[in-house]
Amino acid sequence: MDLLKVNWGRRKHSLFYYLFLASKQLFPLDLYLFSPNPFRFDQPSSSSRLFDFGRMSQAGVDVPAKGGFSFDLCKRNDMLIQKGLKAPSFLKTGTTIVGLIFKDGVILGADTRATEGPIVADKNCEKIHYMAPNIYCCGAGTAADTEAVTDMVSSQLRLHRYQTGRDSRVITALTLLKKHLFSYQGHVSAALVLGGVDITGPHLHTIYPHGSTDTLPFATMGSGSLAAMSVFEAKYKEGLTRDEGIKLVAEAICSGIFNDLGSGSNVDICVITKGHKEYLRNYMEPNPRTYVSSKGYSFTKKTEVLRTKITPLMERVEITEVGEAMEE
Amino acid sequence: MSIFEYNGSAVVAMVGKNCFAIASDRRLGVQLQTIATDFQRISKIHDRVFIALSGLATDVQTLYQRLVFRHKLYQLREERDMKPETFASLVSAILYEKRFGPYLCQPVIAGLGEDEKPFICTMDSIGAKELAKDFVVSGTASESLYGACEAMYKPDMEAEELFETISQALLSSVDRDCLSGWGGHVYVVTPTEIKERILKGRMD
Repeated sequence: MDLLKVNWGRRKHSLFYYLFLASKQLFPLDLYLFSPNPFRFDQPSSSSRLFDFGRMSQAGVDVPAKGGFSFDLCKRNDMLIQKGLKAPSFLKTGTTIVGLIFKDGVILGADTRATEGPIVADKNCEKIHYMAPNIYCCGAGTAADTEAVTDMVSSQLRLHRYQTGRDSRVITALTLLKKHLFSYQGHVSAALVLGGVDITGPHLHTIYPHGSTDTLPFATMGSGSLAAMSVFEAKYKEGLTRDEGIKLVAEAICSGIFNDLGSGSNVDICVITKGHKEYLRNYMEPNPRTYVSSKGYSFTKKTEVLRTKITPLMERVEITEVGEAMEE
Repeated sequence: MSIFEYNGSAVVAMVGKNCFAIASDRRLGVQLQTIATDFQRISKIHDRVFIALSGLATDVQTLYQRLVFRHKLYQLREERDMKPETFASLVSAILYEKRFGPYLCQPVIAGLGEDEKPFICTMDSIGAKELAKDFVVSGTASESLYGACEAMYKPDMEAEELFETISQALLSSVDRDCLSGWGGHVYVVTPTEIKERILKGRMD
């Protein structure tokens, strides 16, 4: 069990503090019975309470736990489901995500639609996540999982870079991601396309929610993967130039946008070459809103207001140091 | 019946010119019976950040108390208020921590960030952030709210026009939802003041 002690009194810098918390190993599902209590100010951290669910569910001191998932609401949620209430649906990124290796590096592409059941929740979300200056990752599946997993591995990679003094390698990100996903046996539903250029050259990998990975010259994932793969299989060749590569990726994503209902809106592209990356957000917008009336809406009947309360806000006071600093 | 339809809720936030508005309905019910018509869904974290939680009412209150606690700790340590982007990341982390046994609520966060630039965002129940530049919605009336806001929203509205737009969108959407309504509660926040208004709506 990896007990990472954090001494709250000696926190040096808020950036490192949050990076540190974010990079901790998350506990595998089958060890949840043995996960430590949330850290409490009034007790020494060395006392281990294995089956202390009673204490954990008290309001008490809710300081950030030592990283990892907490399962204290599972029992209550199961009880509610047994009583007939349906579990909530999560934000999914229906998605078409693709990657391909071209002459000088890697090009990643993604659509920008996020769905919640059949409803489009976000028409312009970002699915290409930053991992390292030379590595980016597209995510499909449950949105919270892809964001959390890529953020966590991105922090771990940064700390690793500080420790080794070298640029991150794509294979490092790959191993960290697959280890995490496998240990949760597919319950963390994140399907990823990871691409980057490191000292050993350009790399492109796909990672499935259960933890298996593939290394490929071109890859597609998500509900629109078949539509995009058909374009790749027809038109991909080795040694594409940058413009040809971008055109092919945009075409593959468009085929996903127009043919798959889970993907839509715009095309995002990220081009990574040795020492340089270009994130083309909304590279193509094939679905603009053309029907908006320029007059806008005018309301003839105003809303009836029962009560109004106005709280004036204090002006933000800027304190500037004048005079000499205090003597030590 | 879905767990979010147990209590019923409707929440919307919109961005205007250097201001934002956040609105919710006021009904608290137990399935089809109404038990309160003044339920507070929108809460102030500090003068410039508001959070509105839709979904199971018990989790709304518990989560709000936890978030206020964490913000107060932050204020003690950093000696300043949290920026809305930071607060959104905090809420996302707290919700994701409970990934396999989540809090059954969906927050809508709205705030004024650096240079009085308005910020809004919503999340699903496990913390997937959805940042929007125009409006965000949540709750049982969310499908009607999406439609109403798409039609009525215009960019760069001033505070009074923004209030009118968000109120009309909220009231017309909750009229089409049995589980939410019974009035509206709107906060319009500009750099100089917070205007809180209670709206008169259909009480059915």
